[in-house]
Amino acid sequence: MTAIILYVAVLGSIAAWWLSRQRLMAKPWLEVGAAGEAPGTGASEVPAAKLGLWVFLAVVGALLTLFVSAYLMRMHMSQDWRPLPTPWMLWFNTALLALSSFGLHRAQMAARIGWRQGIEVGMIAGGLAALGFLAGQYLAWQQVMAEGFGVATNPSSSFFYLITTVHGLHLLGGLVVLGRTIYRTARGAGLEQLRLSVELCATYWHFLLVAWIALFGLLLHG
Amino acid sequence: MSIASGSVDGIPAAEVPDVELYHPRSWITKWVFSQDAKVIGIQYALTATAIGLVALVLSWLMRLQLGFPGVFDFITPAEYYQFITMHGMIMVVYLLTALFLGGFGNYLIPLMIGARDMVFPYMNMLSYWIYLLAVLVLVASFFAPGGPTGAGWTLYPPQSILSGTPGGQDWGIILMLLSLMLFIIGFTMGGLNYVVTVLQARARGMTMMRMPLTVWGIFTATVMALLAFPALFVSAVMMLLDRLLGTSFFMPALVEMGQRLNHEGGSPLLFQHLFWFFGHPEVYIVALPAFGIVSDLISVHARRNIFGYRMMVWAIIIIGALSFIVWAHHMYVSGMNPYFGFFFATTTLIIAVPTAIKVYNWLLTLWRGDIHLTVPMLFALAFIVTFVNGGLTGLFLGNVVVDVPLSDTMFVVAHFHMVMGVAPIFVIFGAIYHWYPKITGRMLNEVMGRIHFWVSFLGAYLIFFPMHYIGLLGVPRRYHEIGETAFVPASAHTLNAFISVMALIVGAAQIVFLFNLAWSIRRGRSAGDNPWNAASLEWQTPQTPPPHGNWGQDLPVVYRWAYDYSVPGAAQDFIPQNQPPAKAAE
Repeated sequence: MTAIILYVAVLGSIAAWWLSRQRLMAKPWLEVGAAGEAPGTGASEVPAAKLGLWVFLAVVGALLTLFVSAYLMRMHMSQDWRPLPTPWMLWFNTALLALSSFGLHRAQMAARIGWRQGIEVGMIAGGLAALGFLAGQYLAWQQVMAEGFGVATNPSSSFFYLITTVHGLHLLGGLVVLGRTIYRTARGAGLEQLRLSVELCATYWHFLLVAWIALFGLLLHG
Repeated sequence: MSIASGSVDGIPAAEVPDVELYHPRSWITKWVFSQDAKVIGIQYALTATAIGLVALVLSWLMRLQLGFPGVFDFITPAEYYQFITMHGMIMVVYLLTALFLGGFGNYLIPLMIGARDMVFPYMNMLSYWIYLLAVLVLVASFFAPGGPTGAGWTLYPPQSILSGTPGGQDWGIILMLLSLMLFIIGFTMGGLNYVVTVLQARARGMTMMRMPLTVWGIFTATVMALLAFPALFVSAVMMLLDRLLGTSFFMPALVEMGQRLNHEGGSPLLFQHLFWFFGHPEVYIVALPAFGIVSDLISVHARRNIFGYRMMVWAIIIIGALSFIVWAHHMYVSGMNPYFGFFFATTTLIIAVPTAIKVYNWLLTLWRGDIHLTVPMLFALAFIVTFVNGGLTGLFLGNVVVDVPLSDTMFVVAHFHMVMGVAPIFVIFGAIYHWYPKITGRMLNEVMGRIHFWVSFLGAYLIFFPMHYIGLLGVPRRYHEIGETAFVPASAHTLNAFISVMALIVGAAQIVFLFNLAWSIRRGRSAGDNPWNAASLEWQTPQTPPPHGNWGQDLPVVYRWAYDYSVPGAAQDFIPQNQPPAKAAE
């Protein structure tokens, strides 16, 4: 459970930092705000959708970290763990996902300067690379399968299929949102709105890239 | 702290821009597929109550069997286990969690912080419908071949997916796990809403330190739930794979009925770690909203500002944080390194400190208060007593050496029913009596309310006090029938029968409550906007019940905290949160 404890500790530190800025030492019973000096709420100016995404990422992070915890514990709790032959395909897939993330980064840059075509190209390229990643993951499954590691053969392979599936499903969910954003861009949605949507997609993609690199490292470790 | 530039009449411009509301176009989108948090809250509450009644009936059946063994032949041992399991799971997850966070969270958060609605209304609607689906899948397991799972609410492997356990090799456990996964997905959608709404949609002047404790409790509990429920999700997924695809995450090598199963090397302990990483925070996910609500009830009905507001906030936060490092105290009997046991016993006992601070603060709020013994207040007081009771036995059980002999006895059943069953349910009742006038515009009937309270309160003690005693005698829990033993005296059997009769009576008293809820919608005394003379924002809406959008033309501006009661020199004995200082002195 070390991984998840560390993860919660990091989130806890962020929460503590944020709380420390909420005037926890205030004495609200003494502070009656006159109309002119009503204290602000302390709400940040971050759009709700952006904050919502970050909270969601924290939850997904917890989910993935728990899988990592389970992986590490299962690995050491019993003597039956057999290392999984890492399919070379995974290296290629990692590069594809990085490319996909880069595409969305470009789209975000384009959105910042208001270059509509750049947004579309970036998002479509990123989306295609992500689809390529998913297809590649499927091929990696085939490679592992060919090595004689089925879903129930060994916990190492069980975890491999499970973790790649969970990550893939999150990417798939992202692709649905990305598809909608591309559609809205093509229909000529307002730039201000697009800017936020593209930024959110890009953030999600970077998160999934970082998560994948961590999970890939874990699989290599096992 | 940032205030947007520009001001109107000396009031800083809104930090929170007024949102464009979604407008329902038809009856269906207004009342069925509604995106209004208030409607969603009521939907959550009604669904949770409905499934809670199923769990209540299950407890009756269990008590019939325990009190009068051999009389009710139709309750087989397998069914008894199914009743235990479903009763526990429904009460903890589908009733308490859903009602506190989905029900009260949805209804109260936007109103109490002065928002028009949740920030993501569409997702909020999805959250309810996925919850309903989870409940339906759960109910479906009653009708599936083999019936629901009988694995106990903790679903410990390996027994939970073996053929000896009801539903283990049938549909029961599969539907249970699927239902939990759906519940967690639905909850996450709602939870994101509650957190971001509290963070971003507070009215002008509503700083975090001016929020009512109800909101603090629900907010902190939601943050905890968002981090804890994934652990249940992970364990559910992995168990599902063990059951369906024959993996060995949790399943060790086993011989069943002379047959070697395909599993090998899996670790049941791994499941317990994951489960209790969710399971212990879950206790506080239920308790923190209850703490918050009870603070508000006591303050309003004793006409006193809450004592030690800051401490109350800090205690909520500290309890929330600590609850993530105590999980293994549920696993003392599973065997562990004594140093771990020592660590977890220590952290467990430390939680008693902030909790005790809360209890003292409630008492000091009551001290010299102008206590109105209204029905909500009665329930709030009953909560304090019950929670202290259950908390004290918690101190016993938190110690490894005391826990080990008591762990498998009825003592534990009595303990957690006091602290996690009866206490939060009292808060829920109190909260319903308190906020029903806001929700419907009418008061609940007082006489029926008092009957409901006294039968439930005295009855709960007559059920659970003797249960501690028979637990100390060594009467084991989880047994369909005790039979003849050397250590259980005949008096324990008599007590058991007595407990069962009381359980039936207390259960029946809830019919009075349900009747009251239905009857008062039309026949109840008209409540007006603020029948309790409460200061917090939800009572200051221009209309009761609050319409879609809550606040009419303008969002409220908040000038003070939520607990200005009996302020010396003020015209009334309460000052609403949105009352400007100049006006309060008139």
